[in-house]
Amino acid sequence: MGKRLMKGNEAAVHGALMGGCTHFFGYPITPASEISQAAAYYFTAAGRTFLQAESEVSVINMLYGAASAGARVMTASSGPGIALMGEGLSYLAGAKLPSVVIDMQRAGPGLGNIWPEQSDYNMVVKGGGHGNYSNITLTPASAQEMFDFTRKAFELADRYRMTVFILSDAYIGQMMEPVEISGPVLHGQRKDWAVYGDSQSRKNLISSIYMSPALQRKHNEELQQTYRQVEQEVVDYELYMADDAEIVFVAYGIVARICHSAVHALREQGIRASLLRPKTVFPFPKNVVEDFAKRGIPLAVVELSSGQMADDVSLAANGNVEVLRYLTMGGETPTVAELVSSVRRDLATLGSRRSS
Amino acid sequence: MIGQVQKFGKSDSFYDTYERKGEGEQSTHYCPGCGHGTIQKLIAQAIDDLKIQDRTIFLSPVGCSVFAYYYYDTGNIQCSHGRAPAVATGVKRTVKDAIVISYQGDGDLAGIGMTEIVHAANRGEPITVFFINNAIYGMTGGQMAPTTPLGRKTLTTPFGRDRDRDGMPMGMAELMQAIAAPVFIERCSVATPKELLKTRKAVHKALQNQIDNKGFSFVEILSPCPTNWGMSPVDARTWMDQQMTLLYPLGNFRDSVTKQDDRPGDQEEPLWLDDEALVDLLKGASDVPVMRMEPLSETQRVKIAGFGGQGVLSAGELVATCGMSEGLAVSWLPSYGPEMRGGSANVSVTLSMEDVGSPLVDHPNVLLVMNGPSLDHFEDQVVENALVFVNSSIVTRKVRRTDVRTIYIPATDLAQEAGLVSAANVVMVTAYLLLSKAIPLDTLKRCIPLVLRKKAFLEKNLSLVERTMVYLQENGMV
Repeated sequence: MGKRLMKGNEAAVHGALMGGCTHFFGYPITPASEISQAAAYYFTAAGRTFLQAESEVSVINMLYGAASAGARVMTASSGPGIALMGEGLSYLAGAKLPSVVIDMQRAGPGLGNIWPEQSDYNMVVKGGGHGNYSNITLTPASAQEMFDFTRKAFELADRYRMTVFILSDAYIGQMMEPVEISGPVLHGQRKDWAVYGDSQSRKNLISSIYMSPALQRKHNEELQQTYRQVEQEVVDYELYMADDAEIVFVAYGIVARICHSAVHALREQGIRASLLRPKTVFPFPKNVVEDFAKRGIPLAVVELSSGQMADDVSLAANGNVEVLRYLTMGGETPTVAELVSSVRRDLATLGSRRSS
Repeated sequence: MIGQVQKFGKSDSFYDTYERKGEGEQSTHYCPGCGHGTIQKLIAQAIDDLKIQDRTIFLSPVGCSVFAYYYYDTGNIQCSHGRAPAVATGVKRTVKDAIVISYQGDGDLAGIGMTEIVHAANRGEPITVFFINNAIYGMTGGQMAPTTPLGRKTLTTPFGRDRDRDGMPMGMAELMQAIAAPVFIERCSVATPKELLKTRKAVHKALQNQIDNKGFSFVEILSPCPTNWGMSPVDARTWMDQQMTLLYPLGNFRDSVTKQDDRPGDQEEPLWLDDEALVDLLKGASDVPVMRMEPLSETQRVKIAGFGGQGVLSAGELVATCGMSEGLAVSWLPSYGPEMRGGSANVSVTLSMEDVGSPLVDHPNVLLVMNGPSLDHFEDQVVENALVFVNSSIVTRKVRRTDVRTIYIPATDLAQEAGLVSAANVVMVTAYLLLSKAIPLDTLKRCIPLVLRKKAFLEKNLSLVERTMVYLQENGMV
């Protein structure tokens, strides 16, 4: 089957339409604007709904409204915009409304800059808004995965009645790669809990409020139950050249691509490097991390942040093995050569520590 | 119907008992003398009269309005503080036949939700907004609202609302009047039986407008809050009638009969594409066949750099498209953003037989430089034995590195001779693909139409490829 060369940003919109998304609400922000722009064209041309809202606050509440009425909905933004959506994301979780949100991460804090970082990890993966809740979070590392994951996100969102995040970065969005537009077109089904403005759905209520602590507690426990189920059913990752690993990179997004090259470069120098690439970070592939840790294979987290995902790796490793952190902030990315020399240095240190 | 004697007993669109409030519950959560109960009865009657109970979706945002879903036997959505007009927008654009009611208080609508109400009004969302103005935050216990009169003491204005500190009371109906799109704007009151009848009529009209899909209707209703005003219910109504209406004059501000679908500037709604048509739209014209015959001798790590406007990014796109059309793994990564606007641009392209790892090209084995600064910037970064192509029409100096293979080609001149002002990039790419033998010339010609934006220049571009080949042959480069 033929492929089209397209940016990750454009691939996401293709994936959304193939995933049955009917409503896109957007607000411009670099480096996510191209997603809204592509949606403005393709959603409109396909007779679906695209609307540019007056703010990210309005965007997330338009999602709330359209999802309440049973639509498959999405938006895309970047750090400052996602932060503004925080309250709305919490409401979506509380009201158990399915939605899909793309975060094309840029550098922060504050206005920061438009180069890639992975510093929204905690905000997105740990919820971001108020209250106890989680978002399913998918982490694509190619234009094809921007398509595939976005398409799949709508099924996950409907199945678990949750927000599904696509946590990506400026590079994955900007990069063009061949993308296969694979079908079939998915469609959302009528939801027995949604309000359609008809007699069958008249008794339905979309709400996140339970006035009695007992009922609010029950609601919270049910949400947590769903998240535990998601941890069992949704976790996904790729292991690359991991059978004979003496050190394992842990990385997602653009950094996983750099690590992929670093694995080859290190192996050319006789170091059996490997890569664990989480495709979901909630749920986090804890078990596979734990497994490496128990076998004493050191883990090297490469991340464009202060170590936000590295904390999850450390938690799963549970002190069983060294968790190295190769962290870059501000919009820069590590080079393959830098990773190679860091690994050589640290393996030597670990080796001498063990033999002493 | 309107004008008839008011019905007794509960409207059909209210639940018989308020089970969501508590088992067997018959009373509302409103305080004695509160206007909400009265207004909600009027709305319930209108829903009955207009026979829209099944179609109605009632939005309860935050404030005393929050529990409207206890009472209305309609579709219900509880939403966040101030955002009901945005939620309503999402609902209405999904279920166009639904009757969407946004029922908001003054803190909700005129304070925290000012942005949402103004923009929903400006888009002319065909919804109905009931704005309950009681000049105070009720649910939170009596703090200053944007509509609180000057001098009025509240929990957060213990010495009275001060003009210099707190600003003037906000007239929302007047503000709505400044926006072109709304079709119906009225301010009414529940202070007296006479005003109540007018309110009843306005509520009815605002819902009828939505049934007729006329546009955005806004009804501001002055309403008493005896509890937080510190007045008896009777005194509260007297104060409203005699004082509050001076600040907020009653009356109809607009009653436009223009049908929404007759407005100038409206576009026809595009048709819903079925699955097959959708896939056709998404696959587009760039769906190219895979037909590579020979393996690639070496992974191509290409950097192309020049001024913005020299076609640097599209040169990269052309190389990547050629690679893709031959079944190679490819990636294309631009420099972007402020760095690019008006300044220099560069793009990294990788062509490989295996999956592309890092799409970032730190050390190119192919460099195409379109201008001098790009040569200065990237010359030191290329690997030994790299191919370096220099646009000698623009770059005046020679390459200093002696461990690379350098090709000088007057790309800008060759393009201009061919009658193309901005096709130096095609010359550079042609030279690169010919000399490196990475991609056959036929593939290049096949891919140019896929990348070229101005289709009228296709023939000229294709002959420029030939001209470049001849130039290279004449100069003994191939």
